[in-house]
Amino acid sequence: MPIQVLMPALSPTMEKGNLAKWLKKEGEAIKSGDVIAEIETDKATMEVEATDEGTLGKILIPEGTADVAVNTPIATILADGESAADLDKAPAPAKAETKSEAAPAESKPAPAPEKPAAPQAPVASAPADPDIPEGTEMVTMTIREALRDAMAEEMRRDEDVFVMGEEVAEYQGAYKVTQGLLQEFGARRVIDTPITEHGFAGVGVGAGFAGLKPIVEFMTFNFAMQAIDQIINSAAKTLYMSGGQMGCSIVFRGPNGAAARVAAQHSQDYTAWYSQVPGLKVVAPYSAADYKGLLKAAIRDPNPVIFLENEILYGHTGEVPKLEDFIVPIGKAKIARAGQHVTLISWANGMSYALKAADELAKEGIEAEVVDLRTIRPMDTETFVASVQKTGRAVVVEEGWQQSGVGAEVAARLMEQAFDYLDAPVARVSGKDVPMPYAANLEKLALPSVAEVVEAAKAVCYR
Amino acid sequence: MAAPKKNASQATGQETKNGSSRSSGLEFTKEQELAALREMLLIRRFEEKAGQLYGMGAIGGFCHLYIGQEAIVVGMQMALKYGDQIITGYRDHGHMLATGMEANGVMAELTGRRGGYSKGKGGSMHMFSKEKHFYGGHGIVGAQVSLGTGLAFASRYRGNDNVSVAYFGDGAANQGQVYESFNMAELWKLPVIYVIENNRYAMGTSVSRSSAQQDFSKRGASFNIPGEQVDGMDVRAVKAAAEKAVKWCREGNGPYILEMQTYRYRGHSMSDPAKYRTREEVDKVRHDSDPIEQVRNRLLDAKVSEQDLKKIDAEVREIVNAAADFALNDPEPDVSELYTDIYR
Repeated sequence: MPIQVLMPALSPTMEKGNLAKWLKKEGEAIKSGDVIAEIETDKATMEVEATDEGTLGKILIPEGTADVAVNTPIATILADGESAADLDKAPAPAKAETKSEAAPAESKPAPAPEKPAAPQAPVASAPADPDIPEGTEMVTMTIREALRDAMAEEMRRDEDVFVMGEEVAEYQGAYKVTQGLLQEFGARRVIDTPITEHGFAGVGVGAGFAGLKPIVEFMTFNFAMQAIDQIINSAAKTLYMSGGQMGCSIVFRGPNGAAARVAAQHSQDYTAWYSQVPGLKVVAPYSAADYKGLLKAAIRDPNPVIFLENEILYGHTGEVPKLEDFIVPIGKAKIARAGQHVTLISWANGMSYALKAADELAKEGIEAEVVDLRTIRPMDTETFVASVQKTGRAVVVEEGWQQSGVGAEVAARLMEQAFDYLDAPVARVSGKDVPMPYAANLEKLALPSVAEVVEAAKAVCYR
Repeated sequence: MAAPKKNASQATGQETKNGSSRSSGLEFTKEQELAALREMLLIRRFEEKAGQLYGMGAIGGFCHLYIGQEAIVVGMQMALKYGDQIITGYRDHGHMLATGMEANGVMAELTGRRGGYSKGKGGSMHMFSKEKHFYGGHGIVGAQVSLGTGLAFASRYRGNDNVSVAYFGDGAANQGQVYESFNMAELWKLPVIYVIENNRYAMGTSVSRSSAQQDFSKRGASFNIPGEQVDGMDVRAVKAAAEKAVKWCREGNGPYILEMQTYRYRGHSMSDPAKYRTREEVDKVRHDSDPIEQVRNRLLDAKVSEQDLKKIDAEVREIVNAAADFALNDPEPDVSELYTDIYR
């Protein structure tokens, strides 16, 4: 049967074009790949190649015709043994006859029902923290040690877990977080990489696709900007793009945000950047116990997890329960201090300011409730909304920049979900809108301070 | 534009230097020729059909066709075993078909339907098959090179003898992470074959306008990675080179580079007016060194009948037409799929 040649769409947006020129005549033989015509679109002149073999039977649209709609039959091709007499039998290729001939390009030949019910985004919910049985021994340790223990325990438990990064093995970690791991697990599982963030992040994700569970250490998250394409485009999106077939269980961890006196390129807080990306989980703990329990949860999580640490906090000590398997669930905030007058919401090192400010406020008779988000994505909105429903006032404390920051997100959620409970606008205390300065006095000014938090809390309490 | 060099054995007009795999002395059995012909024809016809469906508006967005380069994936695949891992960039339909992924599922993904390999959520550049060890389909130029190196890392970690094949183009060969990966692969002796599909144009920029070192087989030289140039239009040369590279990798010698000299007949994507090269250049490659015609002619010389070859052609067309039919009639994904597969 003769085959119809249709006016092709040559770009995703093309709806019509001019048939500039026929390069084959009626009756001429055509091979697959031959250029048969030239079409002008608003962007370019393009060649139309034949995809079928035979003889050009009839030209239906003469050259020089303007504004020919996509999918309009422009010619017919006769197969071997067919003649012009067969022309009126010509069907359009494949299933194009189901469409109106003059219809513009339509990418949805099978339209959805008139107005489908809008799908609902799932609501994140996390289990509560584990019960710590009475009498459990509490061990005082640094956050550095808590992280190391978390990795060591998970590596003992699962042969597929390994650590890679710059200076993680022989040097024992640039910040000594991986101290002792090489000695226990050997060079096969504790791997020093060259200074090549983009490359080793990609290698880690590839190993994750193949089923291993890499812990990729960035010496700081500032250097992970070189690797952010692999983190977002490969690690975060592949599960979705593969229809659930292929994902990766991988932890990207390392210090994030300001350390001390290392200036702008080594001091940025990336929490808000990663928190925007569906497919990633983002964890930013404060206490030693949470560091340990959340890192263990992150390593076991089947998804890519961004685990943001803080260099200043590495040497801080805290009590960690001595339990066989202490896991803190990802996605659950906690009340770090109870109070009823104002809610201070923070995470990571921001908690240092919030807790100290709460002490100060208590001296003035203001009992602040301090919420530690711990996980930024998925965000436990329920916990801070419940707190604000009680206090009616909220201050978000964040080391990062204010514009499009995590604090902005928290404030928006409070506006959406606790508007009727708010007795004052939500206040934000954040890092100043400047690259981090080196000079000690300027650096101090660029970061949030306890005094600023106290002031903001009083302001929302109208005191 | 790259001036074609005079080298009779390299019909794509590219000069072969050290360690090239020549076409002579690489004879296939009749069965191998027939198998290669069938696989290459399947890819060719599939891509022609995809181009047609794109023209009808049934396929949206980007669509990069593999027409002209078929011998590479088919020849490579003939040297691999089940378990070896494959990863590539966005010109990926041929790779998927060569690994044995179903034409129906690939075509339905192109039309964004629920029966597609990614349930319609990935499209032309993002398809995967765990079963076939095909790790995508990646849309960011060069990303698959680090990822493919990571696949090889996993094999080495587990101590198995699988080899990973990371395909990328002459354009991706200029990305920084390619060299970061080369370094780690050689340092750690990872079993990865880097197949550089040099089709002479990175989108519209010819190799001579983009590349200081145009001999891509030498791109691993500063990492001590061996490489060779291969006539990527001759499926026998591809298979022979692949076998050598696979052996090198399986034996634990580290990575290997194969520069496949090839040519893409169609534009970079569907909306490419291809004004950076002449029609004569395209026609010359097509006429002189088409990978499918080479096999067909050898089979005819070997007294296989025209009729037998037409039968293969008809079978392949039937598969492709059925795939198109499926891809046009399969429903779009259920709207509930919007929020699935973000986390597991």
